[in-house]
Amino acid sequence: MSDTAPSPVLAADGTPLKARLARAMFRRKLDAFLLVSPLLIFLAVFFISPIGWFLAKGFHDDLFATEMPNTTAALADWDGSTEPTEAQYAALVQDLVETRKKKTIGKVATRVNRELSGARSLFTSSARRAARLEAPFKDSLVAVKKKWADIEVWQAMKAASRTFTVGYYANALDRKQLADGSIVMQPEQRRIHVKLFLRTLEISLQVTVYCLLLGYPIAYLLATLPNRTSNLLMILVLLPFWTSILVRTTAWIAMLQSQGVLNDLFVFFGVAADEARFSMIYNKLGTLIAMTHILLPFMVLPLYSVMKGIPPSYVRAAKSLGATNWTAFWRVYAPQTVPGIGAGAILVFIVAIGYYITPALVGGQDGQMISNFIDFHMRRSLNWNLAAALGTVLLGVVLILYWVYDRIVGIDNMKLG
Amino acid sequence: MSGLPPYAGLGERIWYYTFRVICGLIFLFLITPILIVMPLSFNVEPYFSFTPGMLSLNPEAFSTRWYLDILQNGMANPDATEGWWADAWANSQWVRSMKNSFYIGTLSTLISTALGTLAAVGLSRSEMPFKNGIMALLISPMIVPLVITAAGAFYAFSQFNLAYTYTGLILAHAVLGIPFVIITVTATLVGFDQSLVRAAQSMGANPVTTFFKVQMPLILPGVISGALFAFITSFDEVVVVIQMAAAEQRTIPRQMFSGIREQISPTILAVATVLVIISVALLATLELLRRRSERLRGLSAS
Repeated sequence: MSDTAPSPVLAADGTPLKARLARAMFRRKLDAFLLVSPLLIFLAVFFISPIGWFLAKGFHDDLFATEMPNTTAALADWDGSTEPTEAQYAALVQDLVETRKKKTIGKVATRVNRELSGARSLFTSSARRAARLEAPFKDSLVAVKKKWADIEVWQAMKAASRTFTVGYYANALDRKQLADGSIVMQPEQRRIHVKLFLRTLEISLQVTVYCLLLGYPIAYLLATLPNRTSNLLMILVLLPFWTSILVRTTAWIAMLQSQGVLNDLFVFFGVAADEARFSMIYNKLGTLIAMTHILLPFMVLPLYSVMKGIPPSYVRAAKSLGATNWTAFWRVYAPQTVPGIGAGAILVFIVAIGYYITPALVGGQDGQMISNFIDFHMRRSLNWNLAAALGTVLLGVVLILYWVYDRIVGIDNMKLG
Repeated sequence: MSGLPPYAGLGERIWYYTFRVICGLIFLFLITPILIVMPLSFNVEPYFSFTPGMLSLNPEAFSTRWYLDILQNGMANPDATEGWWADAWANSQWVRSMKNSFYIGTLSTLISTALGTLAAVGLSRSEMPFKNGIMALLISPMIVPLVITAAGAFYAFSQFNLAYTYTGLILAHAVLGIPFVIITVTATLVGFDQSLVRAAQSMGANPVTTFFKVQMPLILPGVISGALFAFITSFDEVVVVIQMAAAEQRTIPRQMFSGIREQISPTILAVATVLVIISVALLATLELLRRRSERLRGLSAS
């Protein structure tokens, strides 16, 4: 052995081989990343940032602050309980005149109305006369509408003037924020969202259980039959999977409605009287049946691919050692299908929880889910901030489940068809 | 032919047949709704149920009037004898939705397939950094509730005048198709032999040539399946369209959605039947592709 320190192995151009290798590896990493980057940029621009931007509306609302700058400034230091001052009334009248001129008073009135119902007409009608009011503004404004002396109105304006607010999240969880910033429960009859979230979870859970109960036997049958037969039967699973959700929902309406195919059959066989047909649709039952049908393939396909990979010799070995059919199935076969159950169940649950179309069409009143409500606030009541807050809660639940799915199943194990 | 061993006991026999009956019922549950729309769409009456005439197979109880209605619904002058087809092509609501569906579906499929295939090739390289995280991100459009995706797209796109435009719809649908392309193409690439790429490169092919001459032909079945998935996703999508489409951009699902809600007529069933036939055609194409790629990879004996 020589006593000199081992010199690094050099590449042909004299640089250490290790450095060259590191550089080459870096280049290859970069190459791979460059292939993915166009799609990443595309998704960032057209998927992630739109959603992020929209969800930010759940806690960011600058409508009142931009449209009513003077009132917002005047309310900044107000503690929410003392009598409003003349300066505050003056600022309010000035803003009312301005917004009336800019024709934005409607938006402002709607905004305050969310904090205090009945405020809309108060604002619009007062704004119409605001230009003619004279100092002292406190007295003249109260003369127009007595309600302006009410401290409640000022508290509502204070709440609306916050640009960054937890108010919508509080509302999404059936709470509300008071003028002093504290958060209390909504009055009993306005607590609807938590109930709706729970119903959404309940429907999704029920659909998952039904899918598992129906999916497990047929996945087992498909996995154990000879290939030729099982490929044929597989069509019965794949055809619904490939058929439009609207087609299937329409079909269920034809099947389940009171003058529909099933009820006709029931009447024909005397199960139901003609005047007392079952109401199986436009309620929760309709949602459950149609959703189970639509999501069943999502359960069967992962179960099937797991069961297909279980060597039949295991069960045979168990039986040869004296196990009964039941023991062999329950102790040897079933435990090996657990990954498939996990994959299918989480997938079905994730898809079910965000469901919109089917509940909207066949859900009636008590079959509606949280997505229907988000849509309602987006398109009908135009309360985008509340829609965003509700959406954030829903997305949070879904992302947690997605993370669990990745941990248990692994995203790269997701298969289609 | 029974799969039972000859020594099976009575209990086993009973369970064997009970199990098959249960499975048969579940398959019936899966397939009946799809089969039921077909005969119902030939109903002469404007009902969603079988009339006594239909049950007794009376030919007068059947008609193709609802299929004709697909062509006539919303036409400017449905009674015109001259230029009838021209009128249907330009003015029938359903024909217009069909055109929109194909137009939006095709363009969004092109975008998601091109970007998705490229990304899947990158993801399948062993030296790809942050593989799992990026994969999770690329699949997420399938996981995020559609209402949220639609609301986000509508809110952001309307700031740039992209809401109520074809461009906006195509982009949003391309996003939704991407996970399907990624999943299918990545699955095909798992069996892909990377040494083929190295062989091509060692013989002097540049990366672009290698991709198009060596890699692409082998993964093509996967790419086509992915594209079909992406297309059907767009073709079946309604939540984004409800949020973002103006009347002139209505697609078939959108037209069906309002049809089911507002004036429920068997025209919907006729459209449904046409859609089922389209999905059967797509399914058959996919199955052929799958068999072909299995044969090419030597996975099946035939």
